[in-house]
Amino acid sequence: MATHQVSKTIQEINDRIRKGKAVVLNAEEMTAEVRRLGKVKAAKEVDVVTTGTFSTMCSSGMLFNIGQEPPVMKVSELWMNSVPAYSGLAAVDAYLGATEPAEDDPLNKVHPGRFVYGGGHVIEDLVRGKAVHLKARAYGTDCYPRRKLDKDVTLADLPNAWLLNPRNCYQNYNCAVNLTSRTIYTYMGPLKPKCRNANYATAGALSPLFNDPLFKTIGMGTRIFLAGGVGYVIGSGTQHNPKPPRNEYGIPTTPAGTLMLKGDMKQMNARYLRGVSVVGYGCSLAVGVGIPIPILNEDIAWHTGVSNADIQVPVRDYGYDYPNGVPRVLGHVSYEELQSGEIVVDGRKVQSVPLTSLPMSLEVADELKRWILDGKFLLSQPVDDIECSY
Amino acid sequence: MKEVIKGFRKIVYLSFPPDVSGRPVVCNLARRFDLSFNILKAEISPRQVGGMTLEISGLEEDFEKGINYLKENGVRITPVAQKIFRDEETCMHCGLCTAMCATGALYIDRATREVCFDVDKCSACGMCTRVCPVRAMTVDLEDNGGLE
Ligand code: SF4
Ligand code: SF4
Repeated sequence: MATHQVSKTIQEINDRIRKGKAVVLNAEEMTAEVRRLGKVKAAKEVDVVTTGTFSTMCSSGMLFNIGQEPPVMKVSELWMNSVPAYSGLAAVDAYLGATEPAEDDPLNKVHPGRFVYGGGHVIEDLVRGKAVHLKARAYGTDCYPRRKLDKDVTLADLPNAWLLNPRNCYQNYNCAVNLTSRTIYTYMGPLKPKCRNANYATAGALSPLFNDPLFKTIGMGTRIFLAGGVGYVIGSGTQHNPKPPRNEYGIPTTPAGTLMLKGDMKQMNARYLRGVSVVGYGCSLAVGVGIPIPILNEDIAWHTGVSNADIQVPVRDYGYDYPNGVPRVLGHVSYEELQSGEIVVDGRKVQSVPLTSLPMSLEVADELKRWILDGKFLLSQPVDDIECSY
Repeated sequence: MKEVIKGFRKIVYLSFPPDVSGRPVVCNLARRFDLSFNILKAEISPRQVGGMTLEISGLEEDFEKGINYLKENGVRITPVAQKIFRDEETCMHCGLCTAMCATGALYIDRATREVCFDVDKCSACGMCTRVCPVRAMTVDLEDNGGLE
């Protein structure tokens, strides 16, 4: 193991947070600071860097318990505002996925469908404090005789409600174009024919997993900002790829690491949790996630100094290649180029269009920064690593 | 400042009752008032009620005369800016709509990275209302509002 010129522990940083002496920067400020001071001085000076992202994250949902009212019930089917939830769990536990459309949704029968209301919208409504209609059905047993339940519930009425997201914070993602001659409607938004727009979804230098690309600090048990409340990283997410190709910054050049997250919905704020309707594709949920990175040494400082020019995003065709599983990459563009509003694909200029809200991503990072500066939020020591190789 | 006067340009929405639909009132804008126009969208309902989004340019004076002429001929006029709205509380500044906005009315401010909405450039094509994932853009479908 290499020795470092700067070496701090999470405990020392937490002591400084408690005393109100911690130096906290958001990831954009840190990029400038590392450039100005170099990694060693920046590591001495800065204790925590806050990252943030606010984007549609389909692999999200809500795990909840509806409580019992006698005669008691073992639910076999359950709907929230007509959106089906999975109830093949214990008696009154259920999981509602963000992309589940309402049962009577016309889907893509008239293409492109609008997907007005789904699981993500139920989650947003609950967090807004709105009442949601709960309908449950059961076959009835000797111990759980009730067959039917119909009532309106609010988040406060639910004994437990957690946001439990199997895959969030994708480390790098494709930039989508359409090389066919008709408009297509994808989860990356509408793509005009003949490569006339290039849609991308990442917060770049603010994004959590670009600031700790090798998972040196983020692990199982990392305490985070999740949609306005306190949440936790509970491990790697589905499709986590620990061995992607990387550039000299350790930044993957393909979609790579992912995180599984959990947080108490009762603490959350609907400003950071929005049900979305992706035309022609389906319903989903936009989630605000902020992850603090403790600057334990100069290597970690160097990683948090990542700039938009250091991040390369693969450009892929969603007209033919993606739906047919063709792994072709049309080229890589930097996040800096994407942000300029125009990229070059095959020698031609193409409008680049973000799907991740940068103002909101920055707001998340700054909100987390405020929590730490106010001494309200302490960093946690992960209990296990997330698999990663370089 | 001459530019401004000469380059007067406005997007309006016209609705035509059935008896006006058949007459060439719009062509007369060019013929009689020296205005140029660009039809951004036109539709006619089964009951012969017509609707048209028009970008008109020319001298401001002529524009006023042209508009009065249309009104005298029973055409109802709504400035397009009154037809498309953005709910500022709802918009999350993702940027997705900027791909579909052909007139550049929705664009990203490179400094703040916020999505701006310039109503003066909007042609009320309605694309943004279809693609906005949180339905922040809404269109007023009542065609009978007007500049009375
Ligand atoms: S698509 Fe909707 S939410 Fe996104 S920037 Fe445009 S108006 Fe705002
Ligand atoms: S209606 Fe929407 S998409 Fe069409 S021009 Fe106006 S702002 Fe742009």
